[in-house]
Amino acid sequence: MSITVKNLDYTYPSGVTALNNVSLKINKGEYIAIMGANGAGKTTLIKHFNGLLKPTKGHVLVNDIDTITSSVAEMAKIVGFVFQNPDHQLFLTTVEEEIKFGPTNFDFPEEQIQEDMEKVVTFLNLKNLLKRSPFSLSEGERKRVALASVLVMNPEILILDEPTMGQDAIQKRNIAKMINELNQQGRTITLVTHDVEFVAECQPRVVAMTEGRVIADGMAKDVLTNLEILAKTKLRPPQITALAWEIANQEQSFPKDVITISEMKTNLLEFRR
Amino acid sequence: MENIIQIRNLKFSYRPSRQPAIREIDLDIRKGEYIAIAGLSGCGKSTFCRCLNGLIPHFYRSGVMKGSVTVDGLDTRELPLYEITQKVGMVFQDPESQLMALTVERDIAFGPENLGLPREEIRARVEEALELVKIAHLRERAPHELSGGEQQRVAIASVLALQPKILVLDEPTANLDPAGAVDVLNIIENLQVQKKITVIIVEHRLELALQSATRLLIMHDGTLVFDDKPEKLIAKDIIPAEAYGVQMPSLIQLFTQLMDEGHSFSQIPFNIPLAASIILSELGSARSTSE
Repeated sequence: MSITVKNLDYTYPSGVTALNNVSLKINKGEYIAIMGANGAGKTTLIKHFNGLLKPTKGHVLVNDIDTITSSVAEMAKIVGFVFQNPDHQLFLTTVEEEIKFGPTNFDFPEEQIQEDMEKVVTFLNLKNLLKRSPFSLSEGERKRVALASVLVMNPEILILDEPTMGQDAIQKRNIAKMINELNQQGRTITLVTHDVEFVAECQPRVVAMTEGRVIADGMAKDVLTNLEILAKTKLRPPQITALAWEIANQEQSFPKDVITISEMKTNLLEFRR
Repeated sequence: MENIIQIRNLKFSYRPSRQPAIREIDLDIRKGEYIAIAGLSGCGKSTFCRCLNGLIPHFYRSGVMKGSVTVDGLDTRELPLYEITQKVGMVFQDPESQLMALTVERDIAFGPENLGLPREEIRARVEEALELVKIAHLRERAPHELSGGEQQRVAIASVLALQPKILVLDEPTANLDPAGAVDVLNIIENLQVQKKITVIIVEHRLELALQSATRLLIMHDGTLVFDDKPEKLIAKDIIPAEAYGVQMPSLIQLFTQLMDEGHSFSQIPFNIPLAASIILSELGSARSTSE
């Protein structure tokens, strides 16, 4: 078991209740997307996964450690957290220092730090930016630096808040590929995203949230083709799903639960026969 | 039709020693066009936007600008920034960076107040802007309490109160959820249709932007590598488009893949209803010819 959320409530000091009786189990090695409208409580939920926020009520267990009793530093070795806004985690003068900061603080051996850094910068296409200041970089580049500085710690659980936001097509594909690889290496991945097209192609388990509650939890294919859930979470169906619905409007035998391009092609060719 | 923007031999570096962010751009934009700009991160899109609204050269003074940008017949180098902002309204990715007043209404009034306009005129402009972006019901609210999509609409309204002829939007939907993004893009389309405002929008979500844009620019490494109707993008090879950071909407990918596999279609659709009707009529007719 990786993460267990039990009857979690969270109320901000301002009095706003952001989470309302959330229960959720994330197994080791799973790949989960948490989806929902702005303000649904997604980010508040994942901030509990590394102890940044402590439950107002209920419990969050990470590898059987209760986050109430553990420090964020302790959790940082297990849980890597990549913020939505990279400026919230970048503060050093060069990209290289930024990436080395975590492992240096944990006294990893210098050679290993160098080796791990080489790996992530190659992976994230940051090699020729190592000497630059993070603040001279574009939004998309800064986001990759923030991701690199977390990945270099080799966390067992990786939490990403809107990893594809502001990324161009190539970086998006790289991120999708990288997340898949990290997941195949056995890491647990939890990400928050609005990007239905990304989720349609990557097909993680989807947890849908509205107003601080989980309203659906299932396969991407089931959640993203459910009109009621989409409406409640203010998500739009993937383009391919919308096309399937439009076709099914006129040809009732056409399946409505189609989310990927390849599924759509198969269905179209079958339908043609 | 009249060119509202003329760009000649534009080059720009943020510092004399730095690589140029804009290497060479020549471009004419006609009044009332709706232009989408795409490209890899770091390709110069945001720099280009700053050239349009005069932040370059007036604000980024340590930079080196060559060539000229003419907006509504006037050279931006010779026009003070406050005059350019009345011609070119700029909306950024993060609406919070643009909002500062305690109520929505005050925020929208800020620009016209600073121009020293008469009270009645300010009031009329605020009302019009509130109506145009459909946020009259939010007038008394504090901008920081609103959702991202609402905040972005307030930011657009604040810019509209200066009655610009051109609206430049730098990834205005990047921080919004899908419903908020659609809201904002619908509002923008409306402005272009109703008010004949020229729209220039940097947008990664082509599946949304291409429903309204009549012209697509792709930037790469500080130059324009594509400038044509969006449909033409498909006629060219799909792979170079992606190398330039342009993510083909999955609808377009579907059609391109079907065409690669030997199907032919009368056109490539950019919206769902058209796509469905093309599939139903043309994949169907393929059935009758192949049998």
